[in-house]
Formats: sequence, structure tokens, C-alpha cells
Amino acid sequence: MDIMVLVKIVPDIERVRFDMEKGTVDRSSAESEINPFDLNALEAARRIKENLGGSITTISMGPQSMENVYKDVFARGADRAILLSDRKFAGADTLATSHTIATAIKKLKHIGLVLCGEKTTDGDTGQVGNEVAELLGIPSLYYVSELEIKADGMYAVVDMDREKLVYRVGSPALLSVTKDVNVPRLPTLKEKLEARKKSVEIWSADVLGDSEERFGARGSPTRVSRTVVPKEEGRKGRIYRNADEGIDALLDAFKEMAWAF
Amino acid sequence: MGLLIFAEMSGKEVHPVAFELLGRGKEIARELSLTLEAVVCGAEDDVAEELIKHGAENVYLYHCEQEIMMCKECLSSLAKEIRPEIFLFGATKFGRALAPRVAAALNTGLTADCTDLRVEDGEFIQIRPAFTGNILAHIKTRSTPKMSTVRYRVMKPAEREDREGRTIRKDLPPNIPGSFALIKREKMESIDIQNADVIVSGGRGLKNREDFRMLETLAYLLGGVVGSSRPLVDDGWISRDHQVGFSGNTVKPRIYVAIGISGSPQHLAGMRNSEMIVAINSDPSAPIFRYADYGIVGDLYEIVPELIEKLEKNETSHE
Ligand SMILES: Cc1cc2nc3c(=O)[nH]c(=O)nc-3n(C[C@H](O)[C@H](O)[C@H](O)COP(=O)(O)OP(=O)(O)OC[C@H]3O[C@@H](n4cnc5c(N)ncnc54)[C@H](O)[C@@H]3O)c2cc1C
Ligand SMILES: Nc1ncnc2c1ncn2[C@@H]1O[C@H](COP(=O)(O)O)[C@@H](O)[C@H]1O
Repeated sequence: MDIMVLVKIVPDIERVRFDMEKGTVDRSSAESEINPFDLNALEAARRIKENLGGSITTISMGPQSMENVYKDVFARGADRAILLSDRKFAGADTLATSHTIATAIKKLKHIGLVLCGEKTTDGDTGQVGNEVAELLGIPSLYYVSELEIKADGMYAVVDMDREKLVYRVGSPALLSVTKDVNVPRLPTLKEKLEARKKSVEIWSADVLGDSEERFGARGSPTRVSRTVVPKEEGRKGRIYRNADEGIDALLDAFKEMAWAF
Repeated sequence: MGLLIFAEMSGKEVHPVAFELLGRGKEIARELSLTLEAVVCGAEDDVAEELIKHGAENVYLYHCEQEIMMCKECLSSLAKEIRPEIFLFGATKFGRALAPRVAAALNTGLTADCTDLRVEDGEFIQIRPAFTGNILAHIKTRSTPKMSTVRYRVMKPAEREDREGRTIRKDLPPNIPGSFALIKREKMESIDIQNADVIVSGGRGLKNREDFRMLETLAYLLGGVVGSSRPLVDDGWISRDHQVGFSGNTVKPRIYVAIGISGSPQHLAGMRNSEMIVAINSDPSAPIFRYADYGIVGDLYEIVPELIEKLEKNETSHE
């Protein structure tokens, strides 16, 4: 099975600082890492490969400065890693990102399974997977929480709001997995050292050879016109260090909201 | 030109988020002189009638299963035909999976998870939290239709009125692409945390999984349900449907009680819009206190039992 995994490099969301004045992320304040949700997609790819054979190619769109972080995919089972990187890709929204990724996948000729994470910690739209699938013209499943390979094929469990759906998955297909699907293995030191030696293929806009209007900010129909820092408006901030006082205040507050009485 | 909303079905009924889309949609349509329209897959005339009573002037009805590939084909062919200016979806799991396929098919922009929509200087503005809710981004779309998914329970539903509208039955488009074979479909035994008015959540301040019982009692007395921060879900102490936060549920109850929860950005992302936030934590510097209306600094193992006792006493004295 030829498996492709979409992997984004993101700032470590637990450490990154925000410039509250400018409303932007201070990317220098934290290291970058593989989007945590994409680690589950990579692990899923690895398990499929272990069962059915084949190869794993990861595809990432991002700046070249992220190349070293991206090399981590080799330590996590990737055979080949492609980084779509060009100044022309900068400022892409989900449609332009998906278009760029889909164009790259088409270049790879044979489409087997495409796996991606539920969402990115920085973009946080959860849209790229399904947009890629639509642009490739292949069926997709979102919120895949279990993947099982049986003698007669692969089965995916999809978690919707109030029900679980079990599908038999064919190929080509795109599957977006949630973090319930597996627990990603930690790479060993040896795997990490080996990974450093491998190289990432860098593909520029020229390699993709599509019209420039489709990439980056130019190919993005949506634009952030303004960012604002939300105010915690109207929080009362009544903090009690004396438990009894606090409990009484709380009971009064519940009463005021017509609760529990 | 129109403002079209996708009315998702939840069983035999319209998902309530559809009425919220109609509520805000009506205001936006008025400001931009658009016709308010709705489309629904897999429903009967009575559903169309309900949507009309809630403000839709035209309702497009497709007689098909509510399945992603099928809906995608219906919605994108409808959009090509009637050319809506704005196309809104509820940010339910189904809506979030469907909308990107439709947007890509229409080669248009889509904004995820909006918490507000408005018109400024004649332009449609979509507002969504970014970077785990630390920032609110205002987004404009320059292609049409301008598409957004909108969070459930952030907008006021449209009032039901006695009014008339048109129901338009549509034929299925040809060549619906195949999907995967559905083998099984089962209802999940899940709590309806998104609809709860009161949520009592526990975090890593809890020492044993059994201690959730105490939180259940408190939730019961307040008429609510139990929630959780992520670590306890990851440890298997409580099921995923209870998780509040960035990778769990986004909730907006009337009362949110955070017990032994520090208030990480990822947890806050799921509950910071609650009407009243209560925090119980032994660490006075815990970030959760900065977001709280009421906070008690102290040991949850002393405070929660006492709170339960007083609530129980209150209850009996009022009967
Ligand atoms: C990509 C990503 C997604 C994430 N998604 C989510 C998510 O959806 N939801 C989520 O919750 N987290 C999420 N997290 C994890 C998040 O970063 C935090 O690790 C987590 O929220 C911390 O949970 P907590 O507050 O229960 O634990 P802690 O941060 O350990 O806090 C425990 C608190 O309990 C208090 N305490 C201890 N003992 C007592 C006592 N006896 N009485 C009173 N108080 C006591 C402590 O003072 C402390 O403040 C995510 C992380 C990442 C990287
Ligand atoms: N720039 C990117 N490069 C590679 N994969 C991406 C990129 N952006 C998004 N993805 C994939 O799409 C998923 C959803 O991302 P998002 O729509 O940004 O929340 C992620 O989990 C990744 O698997």
C-alpha cells in the first residue's frame, strides 16, 4: 500500500507566547514541532505498512527553515519526505494550502491512502484534509477513531456527534484520524540519529508547475483583516481564600442564577 | 442573490444550530439585501415548513440520505445553480466534514468555527478564535459564495413566526460519486455535554478515578453533567465525550465549575465563553482564577464535600 501522510510543522502550542498587542504569535518564543495530531496519522501509516507492506511518503508545506524539525518524520517511519517550500506558497489559506498539497500528490502518480491529522494546533481549521480529498476527487472519512486491518480489508470507525459509523475502506481514499486512533511510538535515540542523515526533498512552485495565481496569498480567497485579543469581559473575579466564605458566596451566586433551589 | 444555510438533520429533526444560523442569517441578509434560504437533505415537507416559520424564504429539499458525498454533490450543484452570496453551515462534526468538500468543489474560501458573523461597511466579516482562543481573527472572503461553519450555541436562534415561504423540491444531481461501504451504525452512549446548562469538571487535582463520584453528586445537585480536562481522559478515568477543550468539546454552559484544573490555554479554549465560571484550586496562582467569576483557593477534598452538604441541606429545607 502506498501511503501518504500530511504533516505540518507548527510552533509548540504549550510554550509559544502571544504578542497580545499585535495579536500575533511570537514564533521565536518556542521551538517548532510536528503538529501533535499528525503524529497519530504517521503512527497509523506505520501500522498499515507493518501489516500490508508498502511505503510511507510524508508531504508538508512550510518554510525551508523547518527542514530539520521535519526530518523527525524519518524517525517515525517515513521512507520519503517531501517539503513543499517556496516564497510563493507563503500566506496560504486552507484552499491554497490544499491546492498546493493536492497538486504535489498528483505528481506522485499513484494515490493509495492519504492520511492526515484532525487539525493543526496553529491553523486549527480541520479543513485541509477534506479539501485535498475533494481536489483529488477521492472519497474521504473524517474523525476516524479506530483503524483495523482484517483479512478481508481495512475497517475504519468514524466518531460523529452521537453515533459511531463503521466503514470498509477502499483505496484511493483520504482518512483523517483523531488522537484516539493510536498512541504514537516515541522514536528511539538511534532512530533519531539515523533520521538526521536522511534528506528531505524540497519541491518549489516550479516543480509543481501550476499557475502562480493558485499559490500562497494570491491563491487564497480568505484574508485576516484584523486580529483582536478577546477581553475576559465582565468576569467578577471574586476569589476567596477562606473556604466557608467562598462556599457561601457561591451558594448565593447559584441562587441568583436561579439554580438548584 | 441569497444567504443560504445548510440545515443539518439530527434524526428526524433539524439540528438546533440550523435555527441559530437562520437567526443571525436573517439580520445579515437584511443588511446586505439578500434572500434568506435553506437547503436540507433527507427531510420531508414538515421540516421545510419549520425552516420557513423560522425565517427561510425558500427551502430547497433533496430527497436523499444525509451522507457526505451525496450531500456534497447536492449542495455544490445547488450553489452553482442559485449562486448564493453567503453559505453557512453549523460547525457540528458533520458540518465540519462536509463544508470543506463543498468549498473545494466550488473553489471558494471557507472559514472554520466562527463565533460571530457581522456586516461592517457593507462587508461580511467572519470572526473566529485562533491560537487556542488567545486571539480573535476577523476574516473576509473575496470569492463567492463566502462560506463559514459556525459554532453551535453561540448565536440566538430565530424566533418562530407565522409566515409563508416556498418549498422547492430538487432532483438528485447525476453521477453521485461512490463512497465507502457502511458496515455498521451504532448510537453512542454519550453525554450531551454541549447542551448542558451546568458542567462540573475535574482535572489532575483529583487523586483517584473514584473521586469523580463526588463531582457527579455535585453535578446532579446542580442539574448538570460531569466534564473533564484532557489528562484524565487520556488516563482512561473518564470517556472522551466528557473532555472539554481544544481537542475535546467546546462548551458554553450557564455555569462551569472547574475543580482541580489549572486553566491551560487548551482547556480554556473549550470553556472560556461560559456564562459563569467557578474555580476550585489549591494554587492561588493557577491561571484559571484569572478567568473565574468565583474562585475558592483551597483543597478540593474539603471544599467539594462541604459544598455538596450545604446544597443538600438547602434543597431539603426548601421542599
Ligand atoms: C494539542 C493539544 C491539545 C490539548 N487539548 C486539551 C483539551 O482539549 N482539554 C484539556 O483540558 N487539555 C488539553 N491539552 C492539555 C493541556 O495543555 C493541559 O496539559 C491540561 O489541560 C492540564 O489539565 P489539568 O488542568 O487537569 O492539570 P494540571 O495542569 O496538572 O492542573 C491540576 C491543578 O489541580 C490543582 N490541584 C491539585 N491538587 C488539588 C487539590 N487537592 N485541591 C484543589 N486543587 C488541586 C493544582 O493546583 C493544579 O492547578 C492539550 C494539549 C495539547 C498539546
Ligand atoms: N501546511 C501543511 N502541510 C502539510 N499538511 C498540512 C498542512 N496544513 C494542514 N495539513 C494537514 O491537514 C490537517 C488539517 O489541518 P488544518 O485544516 O490546518 O486544521 C493537518 O492535521 C495536516 O495533516
